Amino acid sequence: MSTYEISVTNLTNAQPLSPPVVMLHDGDYRIFTLGQPAGAGLEVLAEGGDAQPLLDEALAADSVSQAVAFDAPIPPGAQAQVSVTISDNARADLRVSVATMLVNTNDAFTALNGLPEVGVLAPGQMLEASTPAYDAGTEADDEAPGSIPGPADGGEGFNAARDDDADRVAMHSGVLTAMDALPTSVLTEQHRFDNPVARIQVRRVN
Amino acid sequence: MSRWNPVRAALCLSAAALCAPVHAVDFSVRVDNLTNGIYFTPLLVAAHSEGSRLFAAGEAASPSLQAMAEGGDISGLAGDLAAISATVVENPAGGLLAPAQNTTAALNTDGTDNVRLSVVAMMLPTNDGFIGLNAVEIPTAAGTYVWNVSAYDAGTEANDEVVNGGGAPGVAGIPAAPGGSGSGASGAAPSDSNTTVHIHRGALGDTDATGGVSDLDARVHRWLNPVARITVTVN
Repeated sequence: MSTYEISVTNLTNAQPLSPPVVMLHDGDYRIFTLGQPAGAGLEVLAEGGDAQPLLDEALAADSVSQAVAFDAPIPPGAQAQVSVTISDNARADLRVSVATMLVNTNDAFTALNGLPEVGVLAPGQMLEASTPAYDAGTEADDEAPGSIPGPADGGEGFNAARDDDADRVAMHSGVLTAMDALPTSVLTEQHRFDNPVARIQVRRVN
Repeated sequence: MSRWNPVRAALCLSAAALCAPVHAVDFSVRVDNLTNGIYFTPLLVAAHSEGSRLFAAGEAASPSLQAMAEGGDISGLAGDLAAISATVVENPAGGLLAPAQNTTAALNTDGTDNVRLSVVAMMLPTNDGFIGLNAVEIPTAAGTYVWNVSAYDAGTEANDEVVNGGGAPGVAGIPAAPGGSGSGASGAAPSDSNTTVHIHRGALGDTDATGGVSDLDARVHRWLNPVARITVTVN
């Protein structure tokens, strides 16, 4: 058995990260493909911060050896970690993926989409990546009252309608906020962000 | 020469990798300002030991880092680095590094265990924004290596975007706007939500030169990461 510790640091000013989902998998799994529609589990995570459907999808996939969700959100400036244990024969082509919502947005998330070379880490060695904000493309970025689940609004999270939007995953273009170009936004200038929004470290424990 | 470790060498090829061989090297560090309208205050270029660092995202800024980020004063950080026998070049540009300009510092870490490179400078006009290359592994094989560098917020001062000369630690306001700015702003922001070092959320600015919330010009003083490019050439 081999144990890996996956740690996530929130680099934003005012975007709590929803409890991240972590998957250890081979080269046949990915959370999303840029330019293609988000899967149902990713849509729920990106709109509402609910990790469970994406976690369930991953656990059901043959190419995923283990998947877990963090038990709490990660506030700005904070770091949290989980440990995941897999069998030694799962190490051959091991990759790590992580996904979490920026909760003071309509449907922004950050993700590590299949970090390679995890399988060659020796005990004690670590890989590190900085991750950008993506737009799930499943909800209009209207920043409207009632549409954002984070503390800035306390609004609705997931809604199955893929309304008024591209229905494809893209790099996020950032939030407008009420102090900038969108007077009806529930967000303030504090909620703006630039990339990277998270730092993810993968350390092999043993 | 240390042993050639194939696993570690493979990891070192990845920009995301952390690894720790130890060699003495003679190298140069070129810093390019990639922004449209942001100046860098005197740069601090330092090679230092494994395990030491000038800052960490998610942790409070040290007083020395705060002085650099709020006022461009690198003397505190230079003193901290001298105390750990770092190899340091202060102010290679001889003053401000303007948009689209570059400067180069030469370092030689022969006889030291200074295997990590850090580069910092305040961004003007900001309240406490700075560029930060944070303790990256110094390559040992001859060649050219490039890092794109993000803008950080020290988390120590409200981003009010008022240009009033305030550069001392704990004093509100922006010390200077080398390329010019507006005046009469009411203040763009209260204190940061995240008071640890974090990725800067960007300047807000406005288009009112004599009032509004910000003395910065939203058409000139905004940026997106990366804000600097650092090129290391190992001789």
